[in-house]
Amino acid sequence: MQVPILKQGPVLIATVQDALTDADLHRLRDDLLQRVGTHRSLGVVLDVTALDVLDSFAARMLRTISHAVRMRGATTVIVGIQPGVAFAMVQLGLRLDGVDTALDLEDGLNMLARTIRSADPTSTTNLAGLAGLAELEWIDR
Amino acid sequence: MSEISTEPLVMPIANEADIVAARQRGRTMAIELGFAGCDGTLIATAISEVARNILLYAQRGEIILCCVELGGRRGLSIEARDSGPGIPDLRKALTDGYSTSRGLGLGLPGSRRLMDEFAIESEVGRGTNVTMTKWVR
Ligand SMILES: Nc1ncnc2c1ncn2[C@@H]1O[C@H](COP(=O)(O)OP(=O)(O)O)[C@@H](O)[C@H]1O
Ligand SMILES: [Mg+2]
Repeated sequence: MQVPILKQGPVLIATVQDALTDADLHRLRDDLLQRVGTHRSLGVVLDVTALDVLDSFAARMLRTISHAVRMRGATTVIVGIQPGVAFAMVQLGLRLDGVDTALDLEDGLNMLARTIRSADPTSTTNLAGLAGLAELEWIDR
Repeated sequence: MSEISTEPLVMPIANEADIVAARQRGRTMAIELGFAGCDGTLIATAISEVARNILLYAQRGEIILCCVELGGRRGLSIEARDSGPGIPDLRKALTDGYSTSRGLGLGLPGSRRLMDEFAIESEVGRGTNVTMTKWVR
């Protein structure tokens, strides 16, 4: 199951729709790293609301994505980790060191807007008003 | 109360999709048994870890899901077994961070924390058998 990636201004939004196999996760990593360059993105929101399990392999991949995207000059925020998933991750002993998280898409976009603005105070980026999905530009599928 | 099957359900593990199928089935069974959603997630996560170990270290094996009743308590028991290389040092394998595959080394110790009961038997050259149970609270 491929993860669709949307472009909203300087930000890419990847929304996981369904359970992901390891191969799907590898592909997501490669796609995001590629597109951050293609679209000169400053931020990535990775929405995992639909994921009902995050095991050690998946958690490590999220961390890898976040760190690798940073090396490409952009910031990643993981949003939508569900209560049970969060609890299971802690019990398992997983930590998302050096990874930014936010409650949901809206908070994640706000967080990125702040990060982008603090890096470049002249930036007029306003991601907070992301209302209609119509504004979003599909860049795959 | 709906009827609960006590027939063990055997799920073969031979590829990545089997891992996803086993943990999804485990969660469904947990919910049917009366587990809270959160506990279903803990169970599904533990299944994912042991199924992943089968695929990674033994290439194939099976996950057996079974409803259990003991002293009026209901639970879900999960057995993960394979005829792979076995584990030479179980104490090490159950230590946080120990991995022979440059993994996170949290699968076995983490599953032990996620479940109520956890036992592992392994013999080098013969295979590995993990049995774990969670009880409905
Ligand atoms: N089914 C298995 N067959 C053989 N070795 C195993 C099996 N499961 C686990 N192991 C061994 O135990 C170690 C710890 O497993 P685990 O806690 O899941 O961490 P990880 O898989 O990240 O290495 C593995 O690195 C491996 O050496
Ligand atoms: Mg493992």
